[in-house]
Amino acid sequence: MTDTTDTHSDPAAEAVAASIPERCPVTDLATDYDMFDPDYLRDPFSAWAELRDTCPIAHTERYGGSWLPTRYDDLQAMAKMVPILSSKSPIVIDMPEALAKDDATGYNAASPISADPPEQSWTRRALLPHFTPKGIAEDRSYTERLCNELIDGFVDEGGCDAAVDYAQQIPPRVIAKKLGVDDGMVDEFIEWVRGVLELGLQQPELRAKYRDIIRSFFAAEVADRRVNPKDDLITALCQTEHEGEPLPDEVVVGMCNLQLVAGIDTTWSSIGSALWHFAGHGDDRRRMADADDGLWDTAIEELLRFYAPVTMARNAMEDVEYGGVTFREGDKILMNFPGANHDPDHFEDAHEVHLDRQRNRHVAFGIGIHRCAGSNLARMEMQVALKTWFERIPEFTLSDPDAVTWAGGQVRGPRIMPVTFG
Amino acid sequence: MRIKVDAEKCEGHSRCYSLAPELVDVDDLGNAFELNDGEVPAGLEDKARLIVDNCPEFAITIEE
Repeated sequence: MTDTTDTHSDPAAEAVAASIPERCPVTDLATDYDMFDPDYLRDPFSAWAELRDTCPIAHTERYGGSWLPTRYDDLQAMAKMVPILSSKSPIVIDMPEALAKDDATGYNAASPISADPPEQSWTRRALLPHFTPKGIAEDRSYTERLCNELIDGFVDEGGCDAAVDYAQQIPPRVIAKKLGVDDGMVDEFIEWVRGVLELGLQQPELRAKYRDIIRSFFAAEVADRRVNPKDDLITALCQTEHEGEPLPDEVVVGMCNLQLVAGIDTTWSSIGSALWHFAGHGDDRRRMADADDGLWDTAIEELLRFYAPVTMARNAMEDVEYGGVTFREGDKILMNFPGANHDPDHFEDAHEVHLDRQRNRHVAFGIGIHRCAGSNLARMEMQVALKTWFERIPEFTLSDPDAVTWAGGQVRGPRIMPVTFG
Repeated sequence: MRIKVDAEKCEGHSRCYSLAPELVDVDDLGNAFELNDGEVPAGLEDKARLIVDNCPEFAITIEE
């Protein structure tokens, strides 16, 4: 477990930041948005509002170029443009060819998220039964115990880093338990996942290094389960058949890779953003201190709407016109579901958090065939993490609002967040 | 009042199931289907409207 630190720092993120050339200031959002601009990360909402009114599908040349839609209706339509808008490379910055190292097996590196039908369909069907509301039911009691143990570790300290010591600690253990891998390796999992996605996005060598570490790790786990089956998800996937044959090792490794990479920093971002909200909004915090189940349900969905962390990318497979712009073959499109969630055409007072919002068709987990396969697990983790926190620590505030840092790129959430209890 | 879940549109968000397990259930893949042939028991009309208004895929409709 990570010790509560007096000085809040993030050496891994600082090392990456130091290696990136200084960014030019953004002068025109519509043609030059910057997904790593610290100002944008602190407040993307006003940028999306401006774009929605002036240029609802914006473009930038930064980081290899990408498009950014901000209207709900456009995201709904574009999510259904399969396979012209392909998911084969959902990361917005491609690896340089020398590092890309295509998988010789021809299977996908992280199916189903990085696949199109038909591979997307059969790999998703293999995964979904383990992540339905019933499929995740027995993960809840483990998560409750875990959250209480984490709080035991810092509750008497008078404060903690709610991102590092709490939010970040929950999803890696829950997913490790589910996969059936050693939850004593949580610190490594956190390092790998940040390396491959959050920090690796701008650092191809780092990303390749951690990609290879994760693949090797799961290749060994899968080989082990073939001869030593256990009561865990890796074994269940090894025993799943497609067209009468067991899923190939490479496919199971890719699916495990997905569980780790997609199941960790996404959910910890949602838990962290929710705690950040409550730490800074006393009225909402006090309201949740004695909330009933109904209010908890709407509050979780509202926080998912408002602070939706995930923006996956699509690739145009051919030139395609949509919404007044032309996506050229190979163009990257950021599926800005978080932006869609703030569209005033679909959400009353979209720019405000209403914990009891009744009409809430938010798309935090995406829509269409790539709806987050782990959404029920993530929602349960959020419920348990927040309810348990409020039972033990109903009063808390940000110790130093300026010390909070936000991860950017494709998963937004707080990474440093010191809070004071009471 | 009756509800109908469009199986072609449902992508298994389970928002309806978490809000109104009295009205819908989910299958092994997490896709929703109506209970009681979609008949909404008296007193649950507001819940029926609620699951319509919270489906991100616009997959649920009401027939009065």
